[in-house]
Amino acid sequence: MTTPLAMRTYHFKIYRYDPDKDAKPYMQDISVECDPMDKKLLDAMVKLKAKDDSLSFRRSCREGVCGSDAMNINGKNGLACLTDLAAFPEGKPIVLRPLPGLPVVRDLIVDMTQFFKQYLSIKPYLVNDDPLPERERLQSPEDREELNGLYECIMCACCTTACPSFWWNPDKFVGPAGLLAAYRFIADTRDQATNERLDNLEDPYRLFRCHTIMNCVDVCPKGLNPTKAIGKIKEMLVQRAV
Amino acid sequence: MTYTVRKFDAVVVGAGGAGLRAALQLSESGLKTAVLTKVFPTRSHTVAAQGGVAASLGNSEEDNWHWHMYDTVKGSDWLGDQDAIEFMCRQANQAVVELEHYGMPFDRVDNGKIYQRPFGGHMSNFGEKPVRRSCAAADRTGHAMLHALYQRNIKVNTQFFVEWQALDLIRDADGEVLGVVAMDMETSEVVAFHAKATIFATGGAGRVYYSSTNAFINTGDGLGMAARAGIPLEDMEFWQFHPTGVAGAGVLITEGVRGEGGILRNADGERFMERYAPNAKDLASRDVVSRSMLTEINEGRGAGPYKDYVYLDLTHLDPQVILKRLPSIHEIGIQFAGVDCLKEYIPVVPTCHYQMGGIPTNRFGQVVVTKGDDLSSPVPGFYAAGECACASVHGANRLGTNSLLDLLVFGKSSGEAAVASIRENVKAHKPLPVDAIEKSLARLDRLNTQKGGSNVHETRVLMQRTMQKHAGVFRFSQLLKEGVDKILEVAQAVACTEIQDKSKVFNTARIEALELDNLIEVAKATMISAEARKESRGAHVRDDAHDTLETPDGRDDKNWLKHTLWHRDGNRLDYKPVQMKPLSVATIDLKKRTY
Repeated sequence: MTTPLAMRTYHFKIYRYDPDKDAKPYMQDISVECDPMDKKLLDAMVKLKAKDDSLSFRRSCREGVCGSDAMNINGKNGLACLTDLAAFPEGKPIVLRPLPGLPVVRDLIVDMTQFFKQYLSIKPYLVNDDPLPERERLQSPEDREELNGLYECIMCACCTTACPSFWWNPDKFVGPAGLLAAYRFIADTRDQATNERLDNLEDPYRLFRCHTIMNCVDVCPKGLNPTKAIGKIKEMLVQRAV
Repeated sequence: MTYTVRKFDAVVVGAGGAGLRAALQLSESGLKTAVLTKVFPTRSHTVAAQGGVAASLGNSEEDNWHWHMYDTVKGSDWLGDQDAIEFMCRQANQAVVELEHYGMPFDRVDNGKIYQRPFGGHMSNFGEKPVRRSCAAADRTGHAMLHALYQRNIKVNTQFFVEWQALDLIRDADGEVLGVVAMDMETSEVVAFHAKATIFATGGAGRVYYSSTNAFINTGDGLGMAARAGIPLEDMEFWQFHPTGVAGAGVLITEGVRGEGGILRNADGERFMERYAPNAKDLASRDVVSRSMLTEINEGRGAGPYKDYVYLDLTHLDPQVILKRLPSIHEIGIQFAGVDCLKEYIPVVPTCHYQMGGIPTNRFGQVVVTKGDDLSSPVPGFYAAGECACASVHGANRLGTNSLLDLLVFGKSSGEAAVASIRENVKAHKPLPVDAIEKSLARLDRLNTQKGGSNVHETRVLMQRTMQKHAGVFRFSQLLKEGVDKILEVAQAVACTEIQDKSKVFNTARIEALELDNLIEVAKATMISAEARKESRGAHVRDDAHDTLETPDGRDDKNWLKHTLWHRDGNRLDYKPVQMKPLSVATIDLKKRTY
């Protein structure tokens, strides 16, 4: 009944840095044997951690909704839990680095303070000062559809940390994730702060540092399109000006 | 020794749905509140809830809270407390409407109201036929809810301590709770959070089983802390195995799939639920569906090379409905099962999903213990809500969509109770006991200096496999007996875990060892409580509980209509009666449970 499992050994080059003991970062060569039940990069990393418990990374849901395990995988940002092991070519090590553009806390764990600061700066909450109705506010299915492709963001930071404009101006450019969130509220028919939101973004850096390089679209593990949302905000600003 | 103490009016531990809802109550009241969370709030496991939140809004057809209450009591196999259940079901509409007001992007029906779909065990007119009660945002309801709650907390300036691991409850000689000891994961600094009210919203412990829909973080931290502080754990033998976890991967496929018309089929393609639940069929409650699936598999009608799963069939549904209402399921099918559910069946198996038991509370979220004759005496300063708590509204089996409702209703009520208590009674902080942080430091010191100890990963896997084998969907008296011995053996290994990584900077090896300290308390509580309960009820079904006239389907109301309380000290068990009296309506009387 039982067929022998096809084991495969995966070789890794992993960015390691523990400020508690390392003078500077280095790349660790390490391998791990995986069985066919190990489908995703995260499965292999959990096995790596069982071998070397000092390997540090964030992870939680392992199904692509919590946004914890974003990292730079063979040069491209992505979630370890949604990256297929089988797709890695044989014979070449898998290179894992922390997300670029943010300070490293340790190994693959980055300090996301700046990323969240930008998110907070767009006032990411519904503003509506009308007296509260007893029941839900009404919204047509068509108006609700406008939020699709916007509200699903998991704040993994793959997009923002893949954006050269954010690398150069992390303190001034809101970045694709923050701007996607800004447009999520602008697009919501229940929100009454559109003008204030546009004012908040009408700035040479906060919005207009987006040069439609589209790295954000390329890396988003949820298939979202921040560039499109940014384009819509720009359009609204133009329309408002005329 | 000297250490940092930070004073707050209230401390909330956990920033999932329950913690964030409680925090809103506290922050809006102007009290100085800290929310400690081991992950960034939107990474909490509420984010993974898919199918919806229950409320009898009646947006698409007639519904009312009394029907919802009836379904919840029946779903609980009468182990739920009827006062708490009435309270929850009556609060449901307001709880959902509040979320909408916060900005949650619910799906809508044509008249602009919130979209509702049918869900397992939710029926109209006291069990007659399935009703549309689950309020949904596609199949991302938990994500939409968690983000909306976090966003609202930003608006009211809640103070978060992100990536702080709570270590132990601070409880003084009078039994009062005065805060928690917690560690900043980035620096390993240990701080005492001194508070007039402490609210646990630490979530479940699904990682106690080997195969689980739960996130890595679901390690029962609140339960471990409560147990170590002498608080008993209630009804821990009751674990929900969700019928549809992706075979192999364990990833959740929402019951909303069946709500939208999906069907379970065995290897022969037969819609087998018609035989087990002729009325509700695929929308029977979860314990019933999971047992039916395993019976199919055990009798040789499972699918796949090892005949060890069944199929979830959506192929007859309109592809537009799937892509609109169940977009994540379509993605999960491709990502984790390698199938396109528009054209192919999804292989599924019952998978550990939810802990019905937990820290005993009343409907105000106050943690209650036995004190003299009083079986439900509130512990001053201590509250719990959400999956870590046992109110008890889920009894022996939770209905789908009642978990998101639970965390909203009891998150809020615990917050309200804490605010009221602080305003009325607690003017100043009661002094911390001199040994407030000693126990936590001793545990950390033990871990840092352990030599020749047990490996954390291996010990955890051993615990998980033991739980899976000895306390699964079907339970066997012999396996339970052996399971108790085995889990106590694993507990000895947990007591001497060793880590190689001794760094002070974001030491996840240390966190995993501390989490295992909590998981093992849950494992002991579960195994010992399950071994002792000599009947079948809800999710707890054992081979030696027979179907007789007095004990229908093995349920023995004469001897076992009572809550289990497991005490860590000596693994002692005692019991307390189920509250059969609701707040305003007549008792929903015991009867045999059929769907």
